Parts: sequence; C-alpha cells; structure tokens
Amino acid sequence: MSTQTSSVAATTERATQRVAVRCEGLVKRFADVTAVDGLELEVFKGECFGLLGPNGAGKTTTVEILEGLTFPDEGSVELLGQHWNDGDDRALRERIGVQLQETQLAEKVTVVETLRLFRSFYKRGHPVDEVIRTVALEEKRHARVGKLSGGQKQRLAVACALVSDPELLFLDEPTTGLDPQARLSLWDIVEKFRTRGGTILLTTHYMEEAARLCDRVAIMDHGKVIALGTPAELIESLGADQVIEFSVASALSTDEALTILPAVKHLHKRGDVYALTVSEIGVALPALLAEIKRQQSEVVTLTTHQATLEDVFVSLTGRMLRDA
Amino acid sequence: MPDESLHPLFELTAMRVREFLREKEAVFWVFIFPVLMTFALGIAFRNTAPDQTPVAIEATTDAKANEVAQLLSGSAEVTATVMSPEEAAQALRSGKVSIVIKLQNDAFEYRFDPTRPESRAARLMIDDVLQRAKGRADVVKTGEQKITEPGARYVDFLVPGLIGMNLMGSGLWGLGFTVVIARSRKILKRFAATPMRRSHYLFSFMLSRLVFLVLEVAAVVVFAWLVFGFTVRGSWLSLILITVLGGFTFSGIGLLVASRPTTIEGVSGLMNFIMLPMWLLSGTFFSSERFPQVLQPFIKALPLTALNNALRSVMNEGAALSSNWIPITILLAWCLISFVVALKIFKWQ
Repeated sequence: MSTQTSSVAATTERATQRVAVRCEGLVKRFADVTAVDGLELEVFKGECFGLLGPNGAGKTTTVEILEGLTFPDEGSVELLGQHWNDGDDRALRERIGVQLQETQLAEKVTVVETLRLFRSFYKRGHPVDEVIRTVALEEKRHARVGKLSGGQKQRLAVACALVSDPELLFLDEPTTGLDPQARLSLWDIVEKFRTRGGTILLTTHYMEEAARLCDRVAIMDHGKVIALGTPAELIESLGADQVIEFSVASALSTDEALTILPAVKHLHKRGDVYALTVSEIGVALPALLAEIKRQQSEVVTLTTHQATLEDVFVSLTGRMLRDA
Repeated sequence: MPDESLHPLFELTAMRVREFLREKEAVFWVFIFPVLMTFALGIAFRNTAPDQTPVAIEATTDAKANEVAQLLSGSAEVTATVMSPEEAAQALRSGKVSIVIKLQNDAFEYRFDPTRPESRAARLMIDDVLQRAKGRADVVKTGEQKITEPGARYVDFLVPGLIGMNLMGSGLWGLGFTVVIARSRKILKRFAATPMRRSHYLFSFMLSRLVFLVLEVAAVVVFAWLVFGFTVRGSWLSLILITVLGGFTFSGIGLLVASRPTTIEGVSGLMNFIMLPMWLLSGTFFSSERFPQVLQPFIKALPLTALNNALRSVMNEGAALSSNWIPITILLAWCLISFVVALKIFKWQ
C-alpha cells in the first residue's frame, strides 16, 4: 500500500518536473468578450511551444495570464512548479523572461544602457555584453534605441528577456511586422536559446514560423485550443498532404460536385479562389479538371502546394489565419 | 566603462537623468526658462530710482521756452523738451510726456490729466523746480532717505517664489509626463514583468529630481545674485533642506497625479487642475496674505504656499529651520501621503 502511494507520488513529481507551464480551465472575460474560454495547456520543459491563431484568438491574453500580468477570472496556472500570488512572485519573475507584443523601449537611451537596467533587476543572469553578442547587436551597442530598425528593436526586446538567463521564455508575436531577413535572425536567437535547454512559449499568426520553430503547436480560436500536436501531426490530421488552389473563368454551377471527387478531403472557397485538400494529387487533379470541363468552365489559375498549418486552420474554422 | 549593472535604484535613477538630459526641450523649461523669468520680472518690477519725468514746453516765438527748459534741466528728475503746440498736445495724449507747460507772459499754465498719478506728481515737481528757480525759499528744512537696499525689493520677494513655482512645475510636469508616456508605451507593463521592486521605480523619480533640483535652484539663485545682487540671508543648509523637501513633495504629488492616466491629454488636464489654484493662491508673485481671511487656512495648507513661505523666511528674513516647523510639517505630510497613495493605486498597465 505504502509503496504504491509513494510510486504514485513519484510519478506525479516526475510529471511536475517535466512540465514548465500548466494551466487548467482558464477563463478571462472582458466587458463584452470572453477572450479566454476554458483553456487547457501543458508545456514541457525544453520544448518550444507555439500558440498559433488569428488576431483576437486570445493568444496575448493567455500569455499575459501565464506571465502573471493579468489575472484570470477562473482556472489555475502553474509555472515551473510555482503559482502566481503565492507570496513569492518576485522569485518566479527571476526565472522567466518576457517579451511583450507592444512594448516600445525608451528611445533616448542606448542598447547597452537598456540592457544594464534590465540586468540590474535580476539577482543572476548573463553579462550584458554576452547578451548583446547573442542577439548580434554588437555594432549597435552605443546606439540609441530610437535609431534602431524594427528588427534590431525586436532583438533588443528579446535580449532584455534573455539577460536574466531565464528557464522559461515568453515571446508574444516576436516577428510580427518584420521583414524576412529580420525574421530569420530572430529565429536563430530562439533556436540558440532552445538548444541550450531553455523552454519557450511563443505566439504567432505565421504558420511558417510555428512550423519552423515549434516542437508542438496549439491552434487557438475564440479563446479555445482547437487542435494540439506537432506541426507534422496536425498536418497529417487533415488526411491529406496536398492542396490545390484554383480559379475558373465562369462560375461553377455546383460546388458540391467537387467535394465528391476522388481523393478530395475538404473544400474551402474564398472569394473566387477554391482550395481543395487532397490525399493523392495524381488522382484528384485529373478528376478536378474533368469536372470543370463538364461544368463548361475553364481553369484560369491553378497551383498546388504541400499542406501547411494554415490549411489545418482553414479546415478547422473555415477561415484563413490572417483574415480570420 | 564598467559593464556590470549596479543596484536597480541606481540604474533606474541614471536612466531618468539620461532621458531628461537628452530631451532638449525639457532642459530649456527646467533650467533656462526660470532664469529668463527671473530676469524679465526683476527688470519689470525693479525699484531703482524712478524714471525722469518727461515734460513738454510749448514753443514760443521768442527764446523764452528755451530759457524755461534750461531752468528745468537743473533738476535731475525732469527732462524737458520744447515742442510745437500740436506736438505737445499729441505727446500728452499718448502719454509720452506727463505734463505740458504753456508760457503766458511771465506766468505758466500746466496742462495735464488729473486722473493720471504721474501727471499730478509731475505738476508738483516742476512747480517746485520752477518756483525755486524764480527765487522761492524753503520755509522748513527737510531731508530724504532713499531705500533701495537688497532684501526689501520686489526681486527679493520674487526669487523664492519663482524657485517654489519651478519646483512644483518641474516635479509635476517632469514626472507626470515621463510616467504616462512609459505607461502608454507599455514600458511600465514590461517592468512589471521583471522582479523589479515597484517602490524602487517610483523612488528613482524622487532621486533623479534631487539631482536636477540642485542645479535648478542654483541657476536662479546665482543669476539673481549676479544681476540683482540677491543674497540669501539664512543658512544655506536650511535652504537646501527646504528645497529638497519641496522637490520630494512635488515629485510625490507628480507620481500621484500620474498614477492612473493612460494618455498625455488626461494627465495634462489633471496637472493643470492641481497647479492652477497654487499658481494663483500660493503667493508666488504677490503675498498670499492679500486673499480674504476665510481662504487663509486653505491657502496655508497648499504645498506651494508652505514651500514659498519657508523659502522666503529663510532667504529673505534669515529665519532658522526650527521657526519654520509649520510649513515643513505641511510639506512632509503632502510628501508622505502622496508617495504612499501613489504606490498603492499606481497602474502598471
């Protein structure tokens, strides 16, 4: 009996040790919307976990609850084995690094001054110069924040989160609004942190970012997780690996005919563009062309691509990520 | 340059100081503007010897008008000019001269507006000069003692008031705007996500004010000393202690005002609402004793009144710190209450 109890306790403890973030039944209501609606989440130590969803899905509210900046109306949050409002919030803040979506750091101070300030808030952490190297801002060391480019500012924001050598890093839409080059260099920083054993929770509405960086992804919509898994698992769940997008010269008389074509899993129409998710493109494509001809129309544009997380979101919600 | 960070309170204060010094407009309003104001008001209200009284003499065909002008120029307080009757009338109307003398044979006719005090004074003065020149003797011997010594002039009253007003303005504007801008840029929220002690953040504002306050007060005092011969009669230590307390008090009030608003417009309105009564009532430009008796308890409880009174009593009267315990207590109360309440209700996001 006693051995059994202790082994259960040991199992629970092992699970706790593995989990960096756990939240249960999280609810947050604002005046007229429920931003987070019964959210359940587990992030394991050492993984990069992505919250993927359109604007307004509740990603930022969720992250700010986890960061202890917003208090949930219902539900519980456990972070690195601690809870917010446990009387030792400062100890917990020592262990996490945060990059907020909208923070605009003071413009008149320099990169190194900003980092020295943030470093001073923590008992332990990296030397400021090392962090500047990590985010590749050596040349901008003495440049004022106001003179930095968007990508450099964002790297500085991430540096402010890294300067305390956190166990857990929160990144809220770290690459929104950045050009591809700046995005790549930010991804590098995130991957370096992850390689060193850090845990990352990031939000994004770029599916390629989630697919590239994240070990696991939770797709969020209307304050709920609607799908969870590795990017590969999620795409596999479509039961399809290709998407055909096309438009036709004159409107098809019936769209339903398309859904019963062989190998077609799902049809989505946005404006004039049809998107067919298919399992075997070699079977579906000839059938599709024949059907268009039968309906006395003709193809204007046609492209095919590997199914992505975007297609997962479309098939789950009927909307595109970016215009949802 | 050392790269390791120091105590967060030091880093936060250093940040405040840097941000301020790199903001050219702020430097102007805090350091240059009060000095310009001291200069302008000191000049406008200086009580040096009164200007010479301008007098017009209507020209006549013979040389008589010039003779009279000669007589009047014997007095240092009169400048007489010979003009045509039309010019003289015009000069009187526009206030260029205070009085016009018209010669009639051997008699003088004075033309002036009796509702203008300087014209009445001019009439007495030139009459006296002309009568003496014509041989009238004084019946009783009289003497004069002129008071223009430093310490009793308007500029001496003004300097402590300007320092008080400046401490209020820079405390409220300086802190209020900085905090609200940091809030609207989500910097406060970002700080709230670190283990930074919140009291450190607020206290860093008070410390940074301390740095500037010394320069701010010195700028005005040194300027007034150089230009107007202004002197501090009391001890410098008392003066420093009172200015520091005043600076802290208005930093506390600044933090309190900035503890909730999220927009610059919001905080500006609030600050004007707080400062306006004190600009009017707290005796910066004239003594607050001039307001009705019923208002006095209210006026005395205002932090700027307390600060101005304490500054004047030390700078002008040379009073000791101990005799200023009432204004000092009032300032301490404002300082502590506003800081504690600000810390409690401060909105970080």
